[in-house]
Amino acid sequence: MSLDAVLDIVAAFCLISGALLSLAAGVALVRFPDLLTRMHAAAKPQVLGLLLVLVGAGLRLRTGVDVTTLVLVGIFQLATAPVAAHMVGRAGYPQDDIRGDLLLTDELAAHLDRVAGEREDAARA
Amino acid sequence: MKPDPMTPAEPTEPPNPPLSRTARRRNRIVAMTFLVIVWVLLWGTFSWANVISGLVVAAILLAVFPLPPVTFAGRVHPWGALRFLLRFLRDLVVASVQIAWLALRPRHIPRSAIIAVKLRVNSDLNLTLTAEALSLVPGSLILEADRNTGTLFIHVINVDSLAEVEKFRHEVLALEARIIAAIGSPEELRQVRAGSTPPPPVDLEGATT
Repeated sequence: MSLDAVLDIVAAFCLISGALLSLAAGVALVRFPDLLTRMHAAAKPQVLGLLLVLVGAGLRLRTGVDVTTLVLVGIFQLATAPVAAHMVGRAGYPQDDIRGDLLLTDELAAHLDRVAGEREDAARA
Repeated sequence: MKPDPMTPAEPTEPPNPPLSRTARRRNRIVAMTFLVIVWVLLWGTFSWANVISGLVVAAILLAVFPLPPVTFAGRVHPWGALRFLLRFLRDLVVASVQIAWLALRPRHIPRSAIIAVKLRVNSDLNLTLTAEALSLVPGSLILEADRNTGTLFIHVINVDSLAEVEKFRHEVLALEARIIAAIGSPEELRQVRAGSTPPPPVDLEGATT
């Protein structure tokens, strides 16, 4: 078997598994109960799915100009996906979009209460 | 003059001490290098014209949008960095498979928790890297960060009991230790080792109920 054929097979494997992971992320978006659990789906299988698709595309293209762009896409995806998840989670946190009944413990609520209490004390003093 | 008892004491150790001249210059050089690398990768070919135009663009960018000061006291440990990277890739795969399985599993609603973990090394760089890595490893998603105390608030998916939550707290600190082992200074390494018995989550004694 030639090297090209091996690379093509690896690329096909990467592309298909990446697509399947992205599909799973989509299913998770529909099926998960609340905003924060959905953000998990957007942050993990989606990122790995994209990385695998990028690797597959890179193995098929095999030209320097395209591969460097793919590398950049991967790096920025890794760097920005957690930030996006953080921003969405933080914006949605105190609202009803989050199922409090599914939470075992919530230490952020206590923290926010304390911060609010300190602000009140400072305003009173 | 006697200090006013009503004003709270200044924190003895500010989380972000002002940078020295050499540190600022080093930060600029690092930022410049990365911007030039991104520029060259965007063009896709390495040529001196690309490098020089990249340097010009990077200089303009850094002059127009100056970066906030980043304290980086340590140095890159190749062995620690490699171990962190391998473990991170493994974790990313495990996390993706876990979420995919949770999504496809019939008749199961995952339960979760929000926990506060106080990191042992309170620097912007460590806080950022730990938060970024946490969002991509199994089970956790960063929800909020308190820069003053170096505390991360983390949403944990798929936990069934408080014992599992506690176990997860240890995993967060283990991840922090791996990051410090990759890029930490001797002082930070010492802090991590000294605090290897994790501190209590966050003292909530002052919490207004």
